[in-house]
Amino acid sequence: MDLFGAVWTWLTAAENWSGSAGIPVRLWEHIQMSAQATILGALIAFPAGVYIGHKRRFEFVAVTVGNFGRALPSFGILGLTYTFTLNWPGNIGFWPTFIALFLLAIPPILANTYVGVKGVDADTVEAARGMGMREGEVLTRLELPLATPLIVSGLRLAAVQVVATATLGAVAGWGGLGRFIVDGFSVGDDPQIVGGALLVALLAVATEVGFGLLERVVTPKTRSQRSAGGRRVLPGPAIGSEAGSAS
Amino acid sequence: MPEAMIRLEDVTKRFDSTDQSAVEGLSMEVADGETVVLVGPSGCGKTTTMKMINRLVEPTSGHIFVDGTDVLEQDAVRLRRGIGYVIQSIGLLPHRTVAQNMATVPKLEGWEGGRIEERISELVSIFDLDERMLERYPSELSGGQRQRVGVARALAADPPVMLMDEPFGAVDPIVRERLQDQFLDIQRRLQKTIVFVTHDIDEAIKIADRIAILNVGGKIEQFATPEEILRQPANDFVRKFVGVERGLKRLALMKVEEIRVEDGPVTAPGSSSKDALEELARFDFDWISVVEDGELLGWVDRSGLEKAERVSDVDPRPFSAYVTGESTLREALDSIVTSRTQVAVVATEGQRYKGILTLEKISKEIVT
Ligand SMILES: Nc1ncnc2c1ncn2[C@@H]1O[C@H](COP(=O)(O)OP(=O)(O)OP(=O)(O)O)[C@@H](O)[C@H]1O
Ligand SMILES: [Mg+2]
Repeated sequence: MDLFGAVWTWLTAAENWSGSAGIPVRLWEHIQMSAQATILGALIAFPAGVYIGHKRRFEFVAVTVGNFGRALPSFGILGLTYTFTLNWPGNIGFWPTFIALFLLAIPPILANTYVGVKGVDADTVEAARGMGMREGEVLTRLELPLATPLIVSGLRLAAVQVVATATLGAVAGWGGLGRFIVDGFSVGDDPQIVGGALLVALLAVATEVGFGLLERVVTPKTRSQRSAGGRRVLPGPAIGSEAGSAS
Repeated sequence: MPEAMIRLEDVTKRFDSTDQSAVEGLSMEVADGETVVLVGPSGCGKTTTMKMINRLVEPTSGHIFVDGTDVLEQDAVRLRRGIGYVIQSIGLLPHRTVAQNMATVPKLEGWEGGRIEERISELVSIFDLDERMLERYPSELSGGQRQRVGVARALAADPPVMLMDEPFGAVDPIVRERLQDQFLDIQRRLQKTIVFVTHDIDEAIKIADRIAILNVGGKIEQFATPEEILRQPANDFVRKFVGVERGLKRLALMKVEEIRVEDGPVTAPGSSSKDALEELARFDFDWISVVEDGELLGWVDRSGLEKAERVSDVDPRPFSAYVTGESTLREALDSIVTSRTQVAVVATEGQRYKGILTLEKISKEIVT
């Protein structure tokens, strides 16, 4: 009761909501960092996943990266990159954090894109080709629309993991919501630790919910009436759920 | 014979992973407007042959010509847009409605909206589809409906050539028969050049102009009309493949109107019973057909006539079954063996009396 009250006080204290180290600034840093890392990760993982899934070439890459992603030691990467990025421009801790998060974002997006594209029924693809669709048309009219829910779910997994893991950036000297936790530890300020953790959790949940809604919107219709649970259209294994449970 | 629409010249396909050829040295021609059915055991290269025609598979050697041009010298996409393609699993786009599915090729071809819509309503009437189905998705159709939509989609841009790989394979026998009848009906009107693959020899016999019976490696064992294959199987392989009941299957190919029916005992309502009884005795029958001005009224039997003055004193009884010129000899045979009198009465549409058919007559037709 005591702690909860203290956390509440911390969360609602006006001085914590202003200034260059206030909650809004840290929140915005956190969101920016997470978005940048996820977007750059997607820019690389999405085309690669589409290529591998469509051509069915270099499939071991998608599988290996997908599996590797589940065991990715973000903390280790942070430490590893810390030393050799010290001289890079930008705020202290930015690059190690960014690199660790960027690497974290790639596996789920790559794996889900690959599985989504490859998972489109082979006969349907063959019939489309047989009707005279060009390769690009097979991709844009058939494979990508049907793979979209799985791709978005890959993005969701990546974004949620990145948001949660961005907290580590504070250890390397970068900002974000992790600052409250790390600084709280160093001065023994329990309400601040818990308050910071709560904010991170809230942001992660918001990310999850946001992408969840997006997933619903982009799922192509395969029934004229809306039916309960009708959003699952894709055959094939959803690597997403596996990767999700491992994070 | 018209110029061949599809010509295969010594075509061989060897897949990388195997040393045995899927198809070896296959040559065949399909005439313009002809339906050729490929049958043969599983793995004999039917699908491979078909896919080489639209270049989903490239031959290892040999040449394939469609409408006089080597397929390998054409742009694969252009070639395929001119060839309707139907496969057993159909492969409708699951996220597109029935109408959108049917519009696939016209859309790829850049038709404008109005023309596409017109074409779709044309297809709806050709295939006797339910208008309300157009806005549904493939997962909301029955198997038979899906098959029809698949064939309609393949025909949408009116390609001169159709490749159909077991298109009716996945439906029950009753639906399949309906689809076959509809196929025949549509093909009679559209006269496409069709290569059709099936496992079902009866389906082949029913719809083919010519049947190619293939053995492993795409080796042609016999390439002939259904009638010829049934009458004169080229070898044991064909005989085994065609199976039992060759005679019955041939009967199913012949129409009653193609043979000469026999005379049977006939009388008119105005005749005297005595004349009718005499006519009846001449044929050694105990019943007689009553015909007025060529129209079949029914039949009366000996005991009825014996009690009457004139034929018109006896009410003619209707035939429980008679066959028409359109009936097959197999149906006529069925009518004969299930009638008490072992005779089938032949009348045309509108009850015009033609004559009778007996077991001996039909049996003579297949023996000769
Ligand atoms: N992509 C491929 N790679 C390797 N071998 C193949 C490939 N496609 C077909 N084959 C082989 O080629 C042979 C002919 O196959 P095909 O699919 O043409 O047979 P089919 O007559 O259509 O059989 P079914 O009646 O079972 O459909 C088979 O032995 C098959 O295993
Ligand atoms: Mg096949």
